[in-house]
Amino acid sequence: MTPLLEVRDLRITFPTTGGHITPVDGVSFTLERGRTLALVGESGCGKSLTSLAILQLVPPPGTIDPSSHVRLGDTDLLALRGEALRQVRGRRIGMIFQDPMTSLNPVFTVGDQIAEGILAHFDVPRREAMARAERLLGEVGIGDARARLSAYPHQLSGGMRQRVMIAIALAAEPEILIADEPTTALDVTVQAQILEVLDGLRESRGMAVLLITHDLGIVAGRADRVAVMYAGQIVEEAPTAELFARPSHPYTQGLFASVPRLEGPLSRLTPIRGTVPPPTAWPAGCRFRPRCPIVHPRSETMPPLLDAGPDHRMRCWLAEGET
Amino acid sequence: MSGEPLLQVRDLVKYYQAGGLLAARKPPVRAVDGVSFEIGRGETLALVGESGCGKSSVGRTILRLQEPTSGEAIFEGQEVFRLGREPLRALRRRMQIIFQDPYGSLNPRMTVGAAVAEGMQIHRLASGAELNRRVAALLEEVGLDPSYARRYPHEFSGGQRQRIGIARALAVEPVFIVCDEPVSALDVSVQAQVLNLLADLQHHRGLSYLFIAHDLAVVRQIAQRIAVMYLGRIVETGPTEALLADPRHPYTQALLSAVPEPDPGAQRSRIVLHGDLPSPSNPPPGCPFHTRCFHPLRSERCRTEVPALRPITGTRAACHYAEVSAAEAIGAVP
Repeated sequence: MTPLLEVRDLRITFPTTGGHITPVDGVSFTLERGRTLALVGESGCGKSLTSLAILQLVPPPGTIDPSSHVRLGDTDLLALRGEALRQVRGRRIGMIFQDPMTSLNPVFTVGDQIAEGILAHFDVPRREAMARAERLLGEVGIGDARARLSAYPHQLSGGMRQRVMIAIALAAEPEILIADEPTTALDVTVQAQILEVLDGLRESRGMAVLLITHDLGIVAGRADRVAVMYAGQIVEEAPTAELFARPSHPYTQGLFASVPRLEGPLSRLTPIRGTVPPPTAWPAGCRFRPRCPIVHPRSETMPPLLDAGPDHRMRCWLAEGET
Repeated sequence: MSGEPLLQVRDLVKYYQAGGLLAARKPPVRAVDGVSFEIGRGETLALVGESGCGKSSVGRTILRLQEPTSGEAIFEGQEVFRLGREPLRALRRRMQIIFQDPYGSLNPRMTVGAAVAEGMQIHRLASGAELNRRVAALLEEVGLDPSYARRYPHEFSGGQRQRIGIARALAVEPVFIVCDEPVSALDVSVQAQVLNLLADLQHHRGLSYLFIAHDLAVVRQIAQRIAVMYLGRIVETGPTEALLADPRHPYTQALLSAVPEPDPGAQRSRIVLHGDLPSPSNPPPGCPFHTRCFHPLRSERCRTEVPALRPITGTRAACHYAEVSAAEAIGAVP
């Protein structure tokens, strides 16, 4: 079966005064229909750029390396230009971001902005578009949807705005929703509401979700598969239950040890030493090497993704067994 | 807690009156609406709640960075809200604050060394070679290389900037620090480093913290006691483990249940709150939480009578029906 979305060997480069940097360096993954894949990592790991590249939204002067592949079904997304690209953006792949306020237009009503999306992709009269907008607001859990159609973004709470963004993204009935830190700016009880809405929609519409997040807690309850990114690369990838049961890459293990828990015995956190290096300062060989608690004789050579278990891969020489 | 608490806050109220032409017609924003608590020496009290609950206003008012509307705060025997200019200046040596965004609180044109030294100069604690020696020692204490003193804030990562902010607060040798969301903006690996640093500093220096945060799992790492705020009031307070193990207020239960735990096996049935937070300029009468409450016993009384904080089992909760666990009653485990 061909996957719905296939990203293979994605490489993004930016020119700098000191030469080129490659903040996304050979990322590959697939996403199946109706599934959720989580790309997890800390700031600067390349997870957001990866998601932007899928829709050719890498900000200039960044460029996607010509050897990269992104396919949606049979369509080569990186070869699309003009109208064909527009037909995929928003229509087949929707996107929501962390900050709904900056993505909404402050001078148009909520109804106008959802209807605009519908009218851009479907040949329906405006009245029908408004009726669909109202139904969508209901679907994302906004009560009194008819009255909210005429509200302006500033009249809504953060959680409401994010619901509106989801409604706009859904207006075109996309096959994939890319959600980049969709709840990071929201309070935890509102986050719970939004995640619930996204889950419900994935089930009722069979939509696939690419969830970009720094929060392992969000991933635990929602994603089918997890890919952990560090310094521009995927360093570990597995089905969610497998990854959480057997985090194997020292970076993933370090992340888990850093997360404060509500349950279980209370103990001092064991953080990863040092800080995430910027792309200008990535070490040769294994990029986690300077922060890794384990000294491996081969760490000066970059490890490929190696089998670490059933359907479980990691970019670490430890996968080969004896140190 | 033995002896006099370091800080006692009683009935603290902070209203914000909107500015502008029509301001007089608008009701004030009731950011803090009658908050009382105590903090002992060497103790951490966490003030927890979501945006707009008033937790940051409490911290800022205690330091008189904002003037309170009413209430009192007694710190080391002094009534903070009645102090004149000079005694207030002296008090600022004893109480310090660290902010969520260390970048916003550091002057970009001041070297790290100058930023850390500033407080010691203002309070005439050190000068010359002694000042430089103390700056170096402070940087080392917070885990930074002393040579960083000559560099500027923009050269550092978020975690390093937060360490600079901590060194700056420690410089005047305070006994009490308001930590206002100190790790919220940090990546998880760095967050753990800063939490450990704050715990170590408390241990070595006998510091007391008012730790303002929205993340209960973070709070559990550092606080002995927790107070949960909702719409300007404390709705539940108690020892950390008791409050987390057996919360009695429905809002605390919802807040706990919403925290995503990194464990796919922990499929807790979640409480999802309905509706939005009411406006703090027009809070509901009676119990502030009654518009979103899911307690099966909720009644007319909740809509008219403000519940007082009262002892239940391990905690004190401001709910008329706290003896019955709302979460258990609806079949959810918070």
